[in-house]
Amino acid sequence: MLEVAGLTSHYGRIQALQGIDVRVGEGELVAIVGANGAGKTTLLRTISGVQAASAGSVRFAGQDITHMPPHGRVRLGICQVPEGRQVFGPLAVEDNLKLGAFTRPGHEIEAQLAGIYRLFPGLGDKRAEPAGTLSGGQQQMLSIGRAIMARPKLLLLDEPSMGLAPLLVEEIFRTIVALKAEGTTILLVEQNAHAALAIADRGYVLETGRVSFEDTGAALLGNDRVRAAYLGL
Amino acid sequence: MSSQFVQFLIAGINAGAIYALIALGFAIIYNASHVINFAQGEFVMLGGMMTVFLLALGMPLPIAVLLAIAATAVAGMVLEKLAIEPARGASVVTLIIITIGASILLRGLVQVAMGRNFHRVPPFTGDDPIPVLGAALLPQNLWVCGVTVLAVLALRWFFTRTMWGKAILATSHNRLAAELVGINVRLVMLVSFGLSGALGALAGVLIAPITLTHANVGIMLGLKGFCAAILGGLGNFPGAVAGGLVLGLAEAMAAGYLSSQYKDAVAFVLILAVLFFLPGGLMGRGSTERV
Ligand SMILES: Nc1ncnc2c1ncn2[C@@H]1O[C@H](COP(=O)(O)OP(=O)(O)OP(=O)(O)O)[C@@H](O)[C@H]1O
Ligand SMILES: [Mg+2]
Repeated sequence: MLEVAGLTSHYGRIQALQGIDVRVGEGELVAIVGANGAGKTTLLRTISGVQAASAGSVRFAGQDITHMPPHGRVRLGICQVPEGRQVFGPLAVEDNLKLGAFTRPGHEIEAQLAGIYRLFPGLGDKRAEPAGTLSGGQQQMLSIGRAIMARPKLLLLDEPSMGLAPLLVEEIFRTIVALKAEGTTILLVEQNAHAALAIADRGYVLETGRVSFEDTGAALLGNDRVRAAYLGL
Repeated sequence: MSSQFVQFLIAGINAGAIYALIALGFAIIYNASHVINFAQGEFVMLGGMMTVFLLALGMPLPIAVLLAIAATAVAGMVLEKLAIEPARGASVVTLIIITIGASILLRGLVQVAMGRNFHRVPPFTGDDPIPVLGAALLPQNLWVCGVTVLAVLALRWFFTRTMWGKAILATSHNRLAAELVGINVRLVMLVSFGLSGALGALAGVLIAPITLTHANVGIMLGLKGFCAAILGGLGNFPGAVAGGLVLGLAEAMAAGYLSSQYKDAVAFVLILAVLFFLPGGLMGRGSTERV
């Protein structure tokens, strides 16, 4: 479904991606782990189109989207939950969710909203409040809910468990598993490598802008070098 | 109430409504791009001068007014497309200087095409003053206030009730997140400049029958609108309207009771006072952010 080949990307003169090959099959949950600054966020940004690719290609559902603007990719079904949640703080929770469905036909929105409120009951109670007043955990739920509103074919998640209390982390991971069970294809970036690889079909380890390991989630969890370097075991 | 006071009140509200429209234009562009568009005053000038031009071609007044507003909206979009978008990624100061350059260009073009003379636009519905508590109210004063109220209500509806309005607010708050939900942020910029152009032109055609218009009319009106926008807290819509009214009334009272020489100084005194005592503007509010 997603094929990233030889992808490079720069911030000014800093090369953050040094030629990345990643593929995600339909219905798969693929995890990307790696140290701080390895380029995980940059990879997701380039797949979403908010960051320019310098070389290489991104293909989605057979189409070359390397130079497509971000809003075009959302219409194709590529939706990202960005690092640090990035909710629209002054806007109401419900407006945040409705904006998530900006590319969708209007008649779908009510049913979609009801679905999100079932998934995250806490959001329903606060639907009229400004998103900026929610707790960190609720903002993360909102950010995920906003992406789901667009009915993603491929959901990109950038460190969804960052900064959350253990109970909330569990809830986020349960939600990810549930989304996969519904058939959503997911590319998950996590600093919580252990938990991510445990639920992933396959995983990639990123190191200074390159893929250093690539295997099934279970195999990476069992790989001694990965365990030593990234899992603290 | 003395009839003199009523007369000053009418003048103040009239000017305040015009400043409010111009300030709203500043606020919309500031929100979308964090640019302070110093060509905003030229939109006001274009509205009036294009109406004059179209009337000279023999068009009926309502058509000329609507066309002038539409053409200025297009001019705003062209400014965005040709001058702001290519400079994307440049510092905000650079962008502001670009808008100053654009304003000089627009002013120059209009001077070349139409000269430096004053022009009159006929009042929309006659100019027999209506006596009110001993003061004289012009029918055009009613047009200024009525249309401004309608424009403010329409804007409020657009920004609070429509997805496109909310998308513009979302883009101004968090451009990255807006891109990630599929909002075409370039189109948001174009729409914002178009909308600001239309608002500026609207102010220009409403006031032209009362004050006359000329190629340089935008300089002072733009500055006043900018002051009003700052008074209300840059980027704050209700603040822009309040700032416009406060400025218009303060000027009218100063001109009436002190001396008309002080009129233009009022804006700058008010700005200093507000920046000093209320840095967030008259409507400054606490942040709702949580980190
Ligand atoms: N806006 C930026 N400007 C310049 N360099 C940047 C910028 N963002 C990231 N970088 C650099 O690009 C490289 C990759 O960063 P990236 O954010 O993609 O890493 P990451 O794997 O997501 O890290 P983290 O785990 O901290 O989120 C790093 O060396 C970083 O310093
Ligand atoms: Mg990151």
